[in-house]
Amino acid sequence: MLSLDGVSKVYKVGTFGGKRLRAVHGVSFDVAPGEVVSLIGESGSGKSTIGRMVLGLSRVTEGTITFDGQDVSRLERHRLHAYYGDVQGVFQDPFSSYNPIFKADRVLTLVKGFFPGVGRREWEDKVEAALHAVRLDPGTCLGKYPHQLSGGQLQRLLVARALLLDIKLLVADEIISMLDASTRIDVLNLLGDLKARGLGVLFITHDLSLGNYISDRTVILRHGEIDEAGATTKVFGNPLHPYTRMLVSSVPQLHTKWDSAAPKTVAALPESDAAARLVEVEPDHLVAAAGVEGGP
Amino acid sequence: MSLRVDDLTVYYRSLRGDVKAVDGATFAIRDGEIMGLAGESGCGKSSLGKSLIRMDARMKHMRGRVELDGQELPIADDAKMNAFRFRRVSIVPQYSMSALTPTRKVGTVARELLESRGEGFDEVRPELRRRLELVGLSADVLDRYPIELSGGMKQRTVMVLSTLLDPSLLIADEITSALDVSSQRAVGELLVEFRDRGFVKSMIVITHDLAILYQIADTILVMYAGKLAEKAPAETIVGAPRHPYTRLLISSLPEVGVRFDETRLAGIPGKPPSLLSPPTGCRFRDRCPLAFAKCEEEPPFIELEPGHEVACWKAAA
Repeated sequence: MLSLDGVSKVYKVGTFGGKRLRAVHGVSFDVAPGEVVSLIGESGSGKSTIGRMVLGLSRVTEGTITFDGQDVSRLERHRLHAYYGDVQGVFQDPFSSYNPIFKADRVLTLVKGFFPGVGRREWEDKVEAALHAVRLDPGTCLGKYPHQLSGGQLQRLLVARALLLDIKLLVADEIISMLDASTRIDVLNLLGDLKARGLGVLFITHDLSLGNYISDRTVILRHGEIDEAGATTKVFGNPLHPYTRMLVSSVPQLHTKWDSAAPKTVAALPESDAAARLVEVEPDHLVAAAGVEGGP
Repeated sequence: MSLRVDDLTVYYRSLRGDVKAVDGATFAIRDGEIMGLAGESGCGKSSLGKSLIRMDARMKHMRGRVELDGQELPIADDAKMNAFRFRRVSIVPQYSMSALTPTRKVGTVARELLESRGEGFDEVRPELRRRLELVGLSADVLDRYPIELSGGMKQRTVMVLSTLLDPSLLIADEITSALDVSSQRAVGELLVEFRDRGFVKSMIVITHDLAILYQIADTILVMYAGKLAEKAPAETIVGAPRHPYTRLLISSLPEVGVRFDETRLAGIPGKPPSLLSPPTGCRFRDRCPLAFAKCEEEPPFIELEPGHEVACWKAAA
């Protein structure tokens, strides 16, 4: 459904844009309907930049992004508008996604413009169905201001808004990092339920245990390049790249202590076109060749 | 005992009344103990930590006593606390990445900090260099501006600066939350090393992340809505918690290896009560699956077995 092919992003920085900063380099992966793909990386790995490029908020420097066969990396206004009927994003901070002056359910009313022929009754039914799908009670969240709702409720309301549009792909950029432990799992489970209805999700996170819990496939990013990608069970069950191994062993676990023998840092790889040389080590498990011992 | 806190109660003044952030906290920390202080946002964990050093002038100290090494801390008095701050009680603040003055070099910040406490910078400088090297920084950072350092470097610099006078108690407030997993591990292990080397006698590590506490803390204190819920050795809190809130919280955390398709974890329905007018009785009552009539009375924070205290009628029965 969504397919990235050799996508790169170069930012011009410095006083007159004289310096170039390569945020993303040669990234390729796919998201199928009904699949959750997690994009995992540390700060500065380019994971959010990829999300923004998929949403058309940031231009692609090189490569193509296709959605259902159509190139969406350089869409113009009216075609972009149609694209947003299929693809929507939800971001990290639920409190700043809302205008505090208006009631929270205004985000739902604003998308009514997509449905010119729908009458009031029919619209209310649609809203109720969408709220039901994200397990929100219409009575407790309609007509309230953002400060009267919890972070989890606000975040679910944004997902409901995306569902109203009957989208095919949701870009979820760190949507639960700001939520409390007792409520974040509910939002994750919600993504799991929506996946069963055929929604594709690009789940961007820095938290490995969350990515592991919800996703079918995982992409590990470092410095804008893919180090390891494939089925989540394979990437986490049998990490091959030294960087992935270091990440997996650094995650604080609840019942096992850190392994003192595990490496704590990984030397930076030499500048290379490593991303172009992903090697398939087993079905649905790709590793950057430069990082694997005995690799080319 | 290094620290003894007895019935500590701290409110914040607001236009709509007092926010009862910490209500009747009683606990103790042994010499050399790293105590984790955990809870959801707004449960009062940061307020409890900050009240021990009195960092926030909006805080109203209502009642309670705090003793550090057998000496009473004047936590209700800003001016008197100056004799203890930095020297005896120190803090690594929540936003330690922005704790360094942007217009001063790191070395100048250190000099001013030490001189404000009547210590000579030149006497302390060799030890400062030694400790910077210990945390993996070169002594050059003293000649740099904070903007030239990365987030993890600033975090470690602030850790070294705040523990320079070997305080008896260090309060580390959410210091790992803004870091990547690999730096999180490095900072967590540094805290343990600071204790082992005697730079700090005992420590309160405040965080919402129970998994990181399990890695570094000796004991964990769980707070809920301004009250202490449970305190026990880290192993017990994670392996055999007794308070229903702790149990639900632990069981809602995804771990590497747990997957949605196989095990569906559940959150805790509902949300914590407002601290402007908290309910009487047990504050977890409305979300608790075990709640019964007696929960309308407030459960005492009692010792079930040595070192394991719980505030719950069901757990105590």
